[in-house]
Amino acid sequence: MRKTITLEVNGASETAEVEVGTTLLRLLRDGLDLTGTKEGCNEGECGSCMVLLDGRPVNACLVLAVEADGARVTTVEGLSRDGLLHPLQRAFLAHAAVQCGFCTPGMIVSAVALLRDDPDPSEDAVRRALSGNLCRCTGYRQIVDAVRAAAAALRAGEGAPEPPRRAETRPTALPVREEVPA
Amino acid sequence: MVELYWLQGAVPETAAPTAEMPPWGETKVVGTRQPRVDAYERVSGSAVYPRDFTLPDMLHAALLLCPHPHARVKAIDTSAAEKMPGVRAVLTGRSPGADVPWYGRGDKAASRLFDDHLRHEGDEVAAVAAETPDQAFDALRAIRVTYEELPFVLTPEAALAKGAPSLHAWGNRYGEPSVYERGDLAAGFAAADAVVEGTYSTACELHAPMEVHGSVAKWDGSRLTVWDTTQGVFAVQQAVAEALKLPLAHVRVIGPYMGGGFGSKLEGGKYTVMAALLARATARPVKLFLTREQEFLVTGNRPANTMKVRVGAKKDGTLTAIDYHSMGSGGAYPSGAGTAFLATDLYTCPNVRAVDENVAINAGRARPMRAPGFPQGAWALEQALDELAGKLGLDPVALRLKNVPTVSQRRGNQPYTSTGLAECLRQGAKAFGWDEARARAKGTGPVRKGVGMAAALWGYGGGPPSTAIVKLFTDGSVNLNMGAADIGTGTKTVMAMVVAEELAVPLDRIQIEHADTGTTEYASPSGGSKTVPSDSPAVRAAAVEVRSKLLALAAEEMKVPVADLALDGGSVVSRKDPAKKLAVTAVPGLQRQQVLVGVGTRGPNAEGKVVSEFAAHFAEVEVNERTGEVTVTRLVAAQESGRVMNRLTFENQVRGGLVMGLGLGRTEERVLDRQTGKMVNANWHDYKIPTALDVPAAQEVLSVDPKDTLCNTTGAKGVGEPATIPTAAAIANAVANAVGVRVKDSPITPPRLCALLHARGKVG
Repeated sequence: MRKTITLEVNGASETAEVEVGTTLLRLLRDGLDLTGTKEGCNEGECGSCMVLLDGRPVNACLVLAVEADGARVTTVEGLSRDGLLHPLQRAFLAHAAVQCGFCTPGMIVSAVALLRDDPDPSEDAVRRALSGNLCRCTGYRQIVDAVRAAAAALRAGEGAPEPPRRAETRPTALPVREEVPA
Repeated sequence: MVELYWLQGAVPETAAPTAEMPPWGETKVVGTRQPRVDAYERVSGSAVYPRDFTLPDMLHAALLLCPHPHARVKAIDTSAAEKMPGVRAVLTGRSPGADVPWYGRGDKAASRLFDDHLRHEGDEVAAVAAETPDQAFDALRAIRVTYEELPFVLTPEAALAKGAPSLHAWGNRYGEPSVYERGDLAAGFAAADAVVEGTYSTACELHAPMEVHGSVAKWDGSRLTVWDTTQGVFAVQQAVAEALKLPLAHVRVIGPYMGGGFGSKLEGGKYTVMAALLARATARPVKLFLTREQEFLVTGNRPANTMKVRVGAKKDGTLTAIDYHSMGSGGAYPSGAGTAFLATDLYTCPNVRAVDENVAINAGRARPMRAPGFPQGAWALEQALDELAGKLGLDPVALRLKNVPTVSQRRGNQPYTSTGLAECLRQGAKAFGWDEARARAKGTGPVRKGVGMAAALWGYGGGPPSTAIVKLFTDGSVNLNMGAADIGTGTKTVMAMVVAEELAVPLDRIQIEHADTGTTEYASPSGGSKTVPSDSPAVRAAAVEVRSKLLALAAEEMKVPVADLALDGGSVVSRKDPAKKLAVTAVPGLQRQQVLVGVGTRGPNAEGKVVSEFAAHFAEVEVNERTGEVTVTRLVAAQESGRVMNRLTFENQVRGGLVMGLGLGRTEERVLDRQTGKMVNANWHDYKIPTALDVPAAQEVLSVDPKDTLCNTTGAKGVGEPATIPTAAAIANAVANAVGVRVKDSPITPPRLCALLHARGKVG
């Protein structure tokens, strides 16, 4: 069964015709080509596909696209604008909180949600907020440091770039090729 | 020698090194803290990993794996699957071109791409390519396979028992036990004042990189291009060319970004060849990636090992004898499982016997995992040394300092190009506050504090072959072309820093092409902690050649002898008269030629010398005697890896190594069900890698730099692997120090520790 949904992704309105079983992750990656959101396990364990759904951090692999109908979605691509990075992204870069980088977008999205709710998180609060995001390279120390440094920068008035806005609606269909069973 | 697992049997050779280069004196860029040159791509989400890669008209493939630990395919019926919606090809061992030898070459191969004899849960049975991923997975369920289930063995002991089922025609042993001996063991123990003996074991660990294994394959006529998540594009190229009987030149493998490997992505995978075969059958590009569960089953592991250790020493701590025996399993197909290296070479000891046994079992094949064999060896040897120190009434650090070697006894008593083991022990102990921490009270409540330490060496320091190309453009910007993959360690950044050092070009004016067999130069796979020591000399040589050409052209114009010229900022400057200056962009020869090209190759290592890295780790823990919970509260790592090229990425590597060692010591364990032979924790919920909540906030990373000018022309050795070798053993020693109970089997779980405490009557 297919359903047409409309959602706002990184400030742009999108309509998509999706199978009801399609996950938000597949819609973002395969339908909208937003591959900054990584697929690490596709079963809600690693946090690589973390996105903001109406401001809440969620594993996009555990949300059906139809559940996001009418919702506002922010991916890592929606954090920077015209090459200008979000303070969290800048802090990850400066603190070398990135190694292979595959967990990084999900980590940053989780941290964005944390800092919005808690502008001055303790070390422990940062660790808790990121405990659903696995990393196999860094050992987390630099990631925690980067998040707290970004929190300080944001408190000091260093702004996040304005998210892009696009008025027109862009249609998308997923899956691209569908066949009637023989 | 350490097994050169990244070269697959080849003997490394080198072209003559292209430039004579004295060791660096003071450096301006090398050694500083530099953020990654590709960090923007990685934090912004713009980096396209193979998992993200799409091509027009691309099909999606999925794999059918064997659900049994040991079985034979009696029949396979793909007819229903072939008629499923969107299905474009079904691949089995009966498909054209799919009967390919695998796990070994030609007649010596232990298996096939698809083998009717399935030797572990996860052995490949079939693959499907369809228009969408869902259609491919749906079609897998329609493949009817009739299996004959066979009896299975899950441990080396069971595999060697009389009447055990054989995995291979030759039986269940991967070769005869390897035996290393020196001196007279009996005399050594007879001369000892104290002897300790114990049996230690480590659980099987999984690599679990964030990006699953997989490939995208595309044919253009008879030429194949593969986008692969790999540590070594050239290794994949060789495997695919051999499997498909293609000229190497017709196989292009590209892998600029990859989401972690830790040794599991050093070689070409079956999935790559299957993607290529499906792409050929359908004349469409095909993307084939494993699922996370499949990743846990088939892409490798650090094998479980059981190690019996007996160590003797004089009263003053001088070691007299080490008897070491290790039993491990390469898994269902040949792979290394040895752990004896440290027992034979970490400490001076005249009488040593070390045996490694490697046996086939019905479980996934082992692959080199971050310092293969060494963390297991350290777990056993370094706990035994701790016991010995206790028995002799010696400080554990003092006991080790007493036995620091200056030569590699295992490798013909050749001297090391440098050895910082003693300094790692001293400086690490000082930074940790070892003496004070040892003297501190352990506490009286249920939570006891303890400290422990362990030391390590890593057996390989890089070598040839490696080639790199540097190009200087008319505007003074630079292109670096090299084959090495950057597996997250910061290879690109370090190499750019080498170029910046020699050509005085800012890092943001350097562009890097890498990890592409079609367009970049040969490099062995990024593994073995050898990428920087192997490839940075080639990059330096290429940059030096460009500089020589540029200075020669500038000398013509400036009428100054070449020997008097140097590069400073964007200018060529006379050393004798700094007023004589010519902007690089104003060198007429550069403008005439448009580009200056330097080709650099990596020279051989110094003859008669051994290159090794050293480390000492210190851990502080809190142990709850009621619950058996262990909290690691502090870690200090002292590393001797020669020159630190980039302080920032060096610290990254060490901290990551500490935490992977923490996983070995505390949480990671593949669990195979004894009844079914299946892995019960093939997911990240049940297979526990450390999370942000599990790592200590207090960590210190020290670099001990002995100014090694002999190891290679940049003076850098490796760090990724030595940084994880002794951590788990240091934690185990700290636990023993806290509660007086030694956990000899990894991981140190609450039930395991509680059982031991209970046996000693210590549970509150």
